Amino acid sequence: MYELTALILLVVMGLALVRAFLGPTLYDRILAVNNFGTKTVLLIAILGFLGGRPDFLDIAIVYALINFISIIAVLRFFEYSSKRPMDEES
Amino acid sequence: MTALAITRMNDLFAVVMLSGIYSLMSAGFFLDLDAVDVAFTEASVGAGISTLLMLASLKMVKRYEGKTKYKPMLALGVVGATALLLIYGTLDMPHFGSADAPIHQHVAPRYINDSMAEVGVPNIVTSILASYRGYDTLGETLVIFTAGIGVMSLLRVSRETKDQQQKRVPADMQQQIILRIVAKMMLPLILLFALYVQFHGDYGPGGGFQAGVIFAAGIILYTMLFGLSTARLVFKSSLLQKLTAVGVLLYAGVGVACMLLGGNFLDYNVLRHDPVHGQHLGILLVELGVGITVATVMITLFFKFTWRTVKHKYIEQ
Amino acid sequence: MEVLFDIISWVCLVSGSFFCLTGGIGLLRFPDFFTRIHAASLTDTLGASLILVGLMFQAGWGLVFAKLLLILMFSLLAGTTASHAMAKASLKSGLKPLESDDAEKDGVPEGERPSQQ
Repeated sequence: MYELTALILLVVMGLALVRAFLGPTLYDRILAVNNFGTKTVLLIAILGFLGGRPDFLDIAIVYALINFISIIAVLRFFEYSSKRPMDEES
Repeated sequence: MTALAITRMNDLFAVVMLSGIYSLMSAGFFLDLDAVDVAFTEASVGAGISTLLMLASLKMVKRYEGKTKYKPMLALGVVGATALLLIYGTLDMPHFGSADAPIHQHVAPRYINDSMAEVGVPNIVTSILASYRGYDTLGETLVIFTAGIGVMSLLRVSRETKDQQQKRVPADMQQQIILRIVAKMMLPLILLFALYVQFHGDYGPGGGFQAGVIFAAGIILYTMLFGLSTARLVFKSSLLQKLTAVGVLLYAGVGVACMLLGGNFLDYNVLRHDPVHGQHLGILLVELGVGITVATVMITLFFKFTWRTVKHKYIEQ
Repeated sequence: MEVLFDIISWVCLVSGSFFCLTGGIGLLRFPDFFTRIHAASLTDTLGASLILVGLMFQAGWGLVFAKLLLILMFSLLAGTTASHAMAKASLKSGLKPLESDDAEKDGVPEGERPSQQ
């Protein structure tokens, strides 16, 4: 059962990564990276149970923290630094 | 593949994001190899702090990379040749994971079999890092310390005056009320978790480096949401400078104390009557020193970088 | 009791991964940013919570349970807040939600047009 969940999470991470590469606007990329991060947290938790080593949960917590903080950092960076319109960026 | 994309991209911001993803992936590889501590460090340092610091420094420079004026073919050739040599070198090495590799014959069994009796710490990585290889870790802490000093002296061009200290920089994210409140709720959790990682390093993955980075990340979150001036009320730069030095001093001081008590430098056995207790105490103190230094250096770096970018707001006022 | 817990946790895991999968597909296939954030954040909250609850049933009482609870609380707080902050920032930067004139024709009722704040 863990295997199935882990597999699905990997697929979702792949989808998010594709969106991060494609993403027409900047915020699509940020959203995709955020989604990637939350899925990584879940994947690590699942892997910990799969391998029978719940130590991994510490890493999952760190990922959750880091993910949140970096998303905020990115938003702050963009909201207040550049005045250029960012509707379309390559 | 992500690394390739990084080198090809002109947009520095996308590069930062992708390198974050890249280090998440490599942390995944470390997890696969069962190296929990390494994965922990990679997650907190590689994906977390370095992304934050890169973003902060990105604010100072332009977002798009300048055009390169020369073709770096020679450099590519040198790098390629080195890589080929290195790969050739690995051919000589014993097969990955084979039992008769020299590393499995010589020191590793001693670490694995005897560290419980000699050091008494369940997490072998911690006992190797802080006890058997205490010199190396001291060196690493000194490297971080030196980097902090370097940044402090390079970016010291503009000291804030008394006048500027009176005025307060308005916080950037004033409008994000929900964000601020949630961050306020989460900040104690983050700091508590950092302390847990710090003092639980003996038993699970963790230790001074990771704890310091997580602590610094919490402070950076606060700084981003509530403004540099508010954060500076708590972490004055003089306090930060002193704490940075105190961390290294604590580490080296433990070593000197061991010498005074009749042992070798960083030989914790003599700290208490019982060698195992001595080891415990020594590792705890040493990790604390590492944690303090790492946290303060990271906070200092972030403050210095941010200070450069908010400086103009004073002038406009 | 053991079997009951196993069944509950399996149901949670499977439904959680189903929600995650739909969220991922929505993230890839939806036409503009606001619909995408809708797909991603809502399913993310539900899916992640379900998977974590499923793991909790497997873990039993103890430190592991407490850590899972911490992750759950954290992801509930951080995920929703981050989505909110993203939507707000993008709206402020001038990204307009996609509004089609023939929304009724597509079967989208008036109230459900993408207009998150």
